[in-house]
Amino acid sequence: MNSLIAAGQWSAAHARLGDLWQHDGKPATANYLSSCYASLADNLPMVNCRIAFLRSMTLEPLTPIFRAAALVSGINPTIHVGQFNSYPQELLDEKSDLYSFAPDIVILAVQTRDIAPEIWDAFADLTPSQVDAAVERVINEVSEWIRAFRQRSNASLILHNFAKPFPNQGVLDAQSGHGQSAAVERVNATLRDVCKYHRGIYVLDYDALVARHGVARWYDETKWLTMRMPFASESFLPLVNEWLKFVHPLTGIMCKALAVDLDNTLWGGVIGEDGPHGIKLGAEYPGAFYTALQRAILDLYRRGVLLAVCSKNNPDEALAALDRHPDMLLRREHFSCLRINWQDKAQNIREIAAEMNIGTDAIAFLDDNPVEREWVRSELPEVRVIPLPDNARGYAAALRDCAVFERLTLSQEDREKTKLYQEQKQRADLVHSVGSLEDFYRSLRQDVIIAPLTPDTTLRVAQLTQKTNQYNVTTRRYTEQEIENLSSCPEWNVYSVRVRDRFGDNGIVGAMITRNNDNTCEIDTFLLSCRVIGRTVETAMLGFITGACKAAGFRYLQGWFYPTKKNTSVRELYESHRFSKVEESDGASLWRLDLGDAVIPCPAWIRLHDNTGTCIVEQDRA
Amino acid sequence: MLRKVVSIAADIFEVPESTLGPQSSPDTIATWDSLHHLSFVLALEQEFGVEFSPEEIEQLLSIELTEAALQEKLKGCAIPDGH
Repeated sequence: MNSLIAAGQWSAAHARLGDLWQHDGKPATANYLSSCYASLADNLPMVNCRIAFLRSMTLEPLTPIFRAAALVSGINPTIHVGQFNSYPQELLDEKSDLYSFAPDIVILAVQTRDIAPEIWDAFADLTPSQVDAAVERVINEVSEWIRAFRQRSNASLILHNFAKPFPNQGVLDAQSGHGQSAAVERVNATLRDVCKYHRGIYVLDYDALVARHGVARWYDETKWLTMRMPFASESFLPLVNEWLKFVHPLTGIMCKALAVDLDNTLWGGVIGEDGPHGIKLGAEYPGAFYTALQRAILDLYRRGVLLAVCSKNNPDEALAALDRHPDMLLRREHFSCLRINWQDKAQNIREIAAEMNIGTDAIAFLDDNPVEREWVRSELPEVRVIPLPDNARGYAAALRDCAVFERLTLSQEDREKTKLYQEQKQRADLVHSVGSLEDFYRSLRQDVIIAPLTPDTTLRVAQLTQKTNQYNVTTRRYTEQEIENLSSCPEWNVYSVRVRDRFGDNGIVGAMITRNNDNTCEIDTFLLSCRVIGRTVETAMLGFITGACKAAGFRYLQGWFYPTKKNTSVRELYESHRFSKVEESDGASLWRLDLGDAVIPCPAWIRLHDNTGTCIVEQDRA
Repeated sequence: MLRKVVSIAADIFEVPESTLGPQSSPDTIATWDSLHHLSFVLALEQEFGVEFSPEEIEQLLSIELTEAALQEKLKGCAIPDGH
């Protein structure tokens, strides 16, 4: 390890540490791992994140484990642990350590026994109306903390819900609607609604997490009584991994696509040898394990994850199984991209990424063959290679446990994404069939609708700032809450950009954020999804902004370009629209347009609409 | 065994192994406070597959005492693979 780090082989060292953690995720390993990352983190593409824990129990032994698990996932956390049991003060007092720490993410872990001791311990003593009062008190307290937090911070809050106790009344508890478990369920159900009402507040289903691992195994009563640490050591990793399932989507460390192998992965056996009737798939052992994996993959597809096949096979045989095998849950139409050939899989994954217009770091790879997994990892260290157990029985669970596919919100665009990519394919085909680029633009018959932010579009605009890496001039990331706050400031404007064309509605695929200052309007954010790059939508957007600025009497329109490894496609944006460079520092450049003598016309082949649906630039599109 | 205990202690208390010896204790290691003590005990329990009672935990106040307590616990048991 030291020699890899000394030799500057950062990615290789990162991969080895990931293996080490996979096989030996223990407290002693955790600190060793973190010490390795002290010299590694600066040389890897890591996301920094400030995470605060508020708690009613001893959590300190878990923080090194959390740090290690985060680091191997590409997240470099700065951790603050609030004082024992002082979570209400920390949340309510705007001068508390919590707020001066300026967290990105806050995890509020409070136990049922601490917040509602009467429900946990003395339930049998309570009359029904006292139970109601206790339930109401807990709901009001937590709601009040959430409200206070939302006023004082833009950070995301992850709220542990409340675990059900072992019923004081035995089996009797389940026989009425007024039992102990029912009381805790009422608290949880109401708090779920409270969280839904606020932006950026998410529920961690702690009750279900404990149940999944088994109440009897989860807790260690002796450690609780002596050290106020309720968890058995075997619960550390599952709890840490559950936290990470939230941190991944909140920091944007996510995979957009999954590339899957076929033989012995989607089905048991080898199609080329066993034939369509010989492969194992269906409701019975052992085919059921493969069906379960297909179900898990289909669930990811419904969550908006793009799918690709990456298999060494004869395409005819493999496609026949994909199209006609009666027990396949996944069909050809679920895959946006097929690479069935005898080519090396790393090369196939590069091609899949290119065809989907995403980076290879947004791809996860699922293959039963450890040799293929190792090969892809050595060739493309940025690809998420999913570790699989030896037995197919564990495949579905391994995939379902991947934090890179977790999502905290699901927009309409996510649900329809796969359809959008199919339309995209038709558009690409069109480029080949028409002559000049201008003919192509005309033939697209694009409508661009630019509208100020509304509650309906906030989520999507925030998502775009989080996810867009390529066509993004400043790569500023905003949470939903921050976007909402910006749009309510008078000097800021936030716009969403929707693009429709002859193949369908692309949805909201762009965003602009501007800030007015004296006689200058500055572009804070200007981004487009890769789906609509290269179609002159950006010119229509700049045309819109210059029009708006002139109407409002501004003298200058200006914007910074911050170069990153990924945003070269937008490097020429300002220069090609005749902005002049007025400042340069550390590779970043500031570009300015004098609105007195310049206009940026909307391209002749685009119809530009404002939010009222009124067409503001109608062009001859013959 | 002593080497393994020292190595775990070095990881948990975040000090070089070379600074640790049998006599190292909360008095000589600045980072050996009560919370780190808890992490140390948990790491030992996981590593050696044993469990200490609250009374025993209070007594693990040096590397030497810790090793002796572990020896006592593991007496008669085969030491787990790899150690």
